[in-house]
Amino acid sequence: MFAYDFMRYAFIAGIFIALIASFMGVFVVARSTSFFTHTLSEIGFSGAAFGVYAGFQPLTGMLLFTFASALFIGLSGEKIGRREASISVFSGIFLGLGILFLSLSDKQANYATSILFGSIVGIDQNNLYTLVGLSLILLILCFTLFRKLAYNSFDTQGSEFNQQHNKLISIIFLVMLALTVSITAQIIGALLIFVLLTIPASAAKYFGHSLAKMIGLTFIFVLVGIWLGLYLSYLTDWPVSFFITAIEASIYGLALAKNKIFNQYH
Amino acid sequence: MDSILTVKNLHLEVPNKVLFDDLSFTIPAHQLTCITGENGAGKTTLMKYLLNSLKRPSSHVQINLTPQEIQYVPQLRNIDDDYPLDIKSFVSLGFKQTLIPWLTKTHRQQLQEILAETNLTKIKQQPLGKASGGEKQRAYLAQALCAAPKLLILDEVTANLDQKSKHELLQLLKELIPKRNLTVIFISHDHELIEKYADYELQLANKHGKLIQKEAK
Repeated sequence: MFAYDFMRYAFIAGIFIALIASFMGVFVVARSTSFFTHTLSEIGFSGAAFGVYAGFQPLTGMLLFTFASALFIGLSGEKIGRREASISVFSGIFLGLGILFLSLSDKQANYATSILFGSIVGIDQNNLYTLVGLSLILLILCFTLFRKLAYNSFDTQGSEFNQQHNKLISIIFLVMLALTVSITAQIIGALLIFVLLTIPASAAKYFGHSLAKMIGLTFIFVLVGIWLGLYLSYLTDWPVSFFITAIEASIYGLALAKNKIFNQYH
Repeated sequence: MDSILTVKNLHLEVPNKVLFDDLSFTIPAHQLTCITGENGAGKTTLMKYLLNSLKRPSSHVQINLTPQEIQYVPQLRNIDDDYPLDIKSFVSLGFKQTLIPWLTKTHRQQLQEILAETNLTKIKQQPLGKASGGEKQRAYLAQALCAAPKLLILDEVTANLDQKSKHELLQLLKELIPKRNLTVIFISHDHELIEKYADYELQLANKHGKLIQKEAK
């Protein structure tokens, strides 16, 4: 399996995606902004489509659209991003715009599928370098702002009064989320990044109750999902995305079951 | 009387309502001062104004503290049953100023002391979401202590507690004041607690405030 370049790239990409998803996922789940993350990935899709239509890199379009939305949501208050109605409106509009841009450009329809579902086995060395570079920027930000982001995410009310520049920290977080969605969507697809940012971290919170444990477990859950998914896809020729989603969902199912049994006996 | 905070001739209003007109008072240092007043008298708004005056100095407020030296414990926090962090991790969120992700040795030592002082050591591994009301309030207090504050503002924190937990929390505060060199402002409606524990009472009514020294107990 490792005789193929694309397989080796995919396995290496998996490590970096797992690193980002573990830090960002734990914060996303703590802030209950799972659905904003979903919307952000759809916004990313329409940004990529716009890039294709306007004739520049899809990644640039994605960064442009997701950064703009993150700033908008950050400045107008994160509560908007949690409201059901506004989520539906944003999701709908941006999916629609994405389709419009794709139909206006002369690319084939399968381009849409590749942005939405990604193709981790389709990446080349350049994609991998971009992924690693952007991941490192993100990880350095995570590292230096870690305690501030943790306070801001895990204690919204407390940090609002007691943390200086708290609003700025919220905005930086949303921009980091936009960056996460854009870098990973290239590889695993706009829809799958939502799975990796929310499900593993949600499962981890049933097993670990400290930040380090939650992040560590999330990393393991994401990496197992990607690597095992790649292997199973290699064996069966079925899509990787399907396997990754199924594995993450099973891990979440196990976490819920464990929690239920544990609560019954305690 | 040593004071930590002085307000002079403050006029404060929210849309369609004047909350305070020509309000002046001082908060004595190293004492427990209760702020009382009807619902809607503007207690919380006044506290938010005081906190904001740290960022945007106001000619009506004299206060010589850095933002870190004032910690505010809000009335409501959305910690539900599902809240993932254990008590120890929640408390240590209070060490928010460092640039490295983990706690230094000094911080870990301070954390242990704070957990011991707030009677949380035994339950530090328990998820905060599963803790009782009194335990949660002690954890909020402990988190605020991590910043080594000089002034602690508690906003109606006993509102949802049973009798026993209320008294435990106030007794704990009274012990912490000399030990940690604290000044405490405690916003409350609870007359029983005020009579028993307050050193001073600041009554807010009719857009003015009156500071009363309580009898020695």
